[in-house]
Amino acid sequence: MIIGQIKNGIVIDHISAGKGMYIYNVLGLDKLDCTVAMIKNADSTKMGKKDIIKIGEVIDLDFDLLGFIDPGITVNMIENGRLAKRERLTLPERVSGIIRCKNPRCITSVEPELKQEFRLSDSEKRIYRCIYCEHAAQIENI
Amino acid sequence: MRSLIDIKDLSLAEIDELIATAEDIMANPEKYAEACKGKRLATLFFEPSTRTRLSFESAMYQLGGSVLGFSEAQSSSTAKGESLSDTIRTVSNYVNIIAMRHPKEGAALAATMRSEVPIINAGDGGHNHPTQTLTDLITIKLEKGGFDGLTVGLCGDLKFGRTVHSLISAMSRYKNVKFVLISPEELKVPDYIRDEVIIPSGAQFEETTDLVGSIDKLDILYMTRVQKERFFNEADYIRLKDIYILNPDKLANAKKDLAILHPLPRVNEISVAVDDDSRACYFKQVKYSVYIRMALILMLLKEAESK
Repeated sequence: MIIGQIKNGIVIDHISAGKGMYIYNVLGLDKLDCTVAMIKNADSTKMGKKDIIKIGEVIDLDFDLLGFIDPGITVNMIENGRLAKRERLTLPERVSGIIRCKNPRCITSVEPELKQEFRLSDSEKRIYRCIYCEHAAQIENI
Repeated sequence: MRSLIDIKDLSLAEIDELIATAEDIMANPEKYAEACKGKRLATLFFEPSTRTRLSFESAMYQLGGSVLGFSEAQSSSTAKGESLSDTIRTVSNYVNIIAMRHPKEGAALAATMRSEVPIINAGDGGHNHPTQTLTDLITIKLEKGGFDGLTVGLCGDLKFGRTVHSLISAMSRYKNVKFVLISPEELKVPDYIRDEVIIPSGAQFEETTDLVGSIDKLDILYMTRVQKERFFNEADYIRLKDIYILNPDKLANAKKDLAILHPLPRVNEISVAVDDDSRACYFKQVKYSVYIRMALILMLLKEAESK
């Protein structure tokens, strides 16, 4: 299968196989007018299988959100057909407005205007904790 | 703006300084009698408390300051549906410093986001209670002479006991401290305290259900109440509430210089017969609590003024 090269745009590479469509939806790529290619289960020497998303224009991306969803992702910014910048994403230290605290005893359960904020507590087990009550949220369970 | 939300907000040097100030206040109360003249403390207690609120109020009065506030949410605008944020925003216009207790975890941290003045967390649900920990620390310092190398037994409700979590967090920063965590299975210390506080600190610890079998090792025995207000299910509370009752018989094998602490109030987890034992320190804690809170109020007000 051949998918054309991008002149100016973004290639989101090394997406864990199966997460591409989720990321496509989270980023709202269906609303873009430009060319967007979603490649599933591409062969990868490093990962075995991977998903790739190619976007035919430069858009603002929330790297914290992407890193949170899939910390292995690489974001390649393409300008004039060349790689201008490459970002290898990791789990962000803090995330805002992505996870909601599920602890019924947390202050956020009764003060809805408070910003939901979590800090990375254990990168190996991928555990985040609510900054208010320290209740754990494991990425796999979100 | 410096607040005290978690005991970890204070460095070990600052804790030493607070204890030294508290000792100086005890020795020379007249020197501090007007230290907060013209300053106002708000005690905002959205959840009932006797000791903590009165201790804060006594501390401010002994510093020559004044106090305003409420002792239950029902006597504040919270009863009309006012948010915590709005209450704090309003009250911080009236006072120089706020001590607050709230049933929800993280409430004090949320308050700092809206406050113009320092916030002291006087308990946020089952989460933290740093001024109780300062009280525990000054008691340990005065009774044992220091913190390093102590074996600290914590007994009772280690799951919901906020004073337990704060004390573990504080003591794990000292050298060669060992924890003996004594609780029923259902009330064991939460995983995150074990995995993210105790283990990374390098402190040794053991978990057991056996109080009598562990008591001979302890330098400190920190008893706690099984708190009815933390249970969603009353049947669980009734099943667990009387599981550990400390009495003179259980103290038979304890060290002669054991220090028995309790954040109070107690229900029946320490028999009244223990009160006359020279190792019982829980009423001394009550006395020290006022002096350490005086030292804390002084420190936070001084820092706020220097900004």
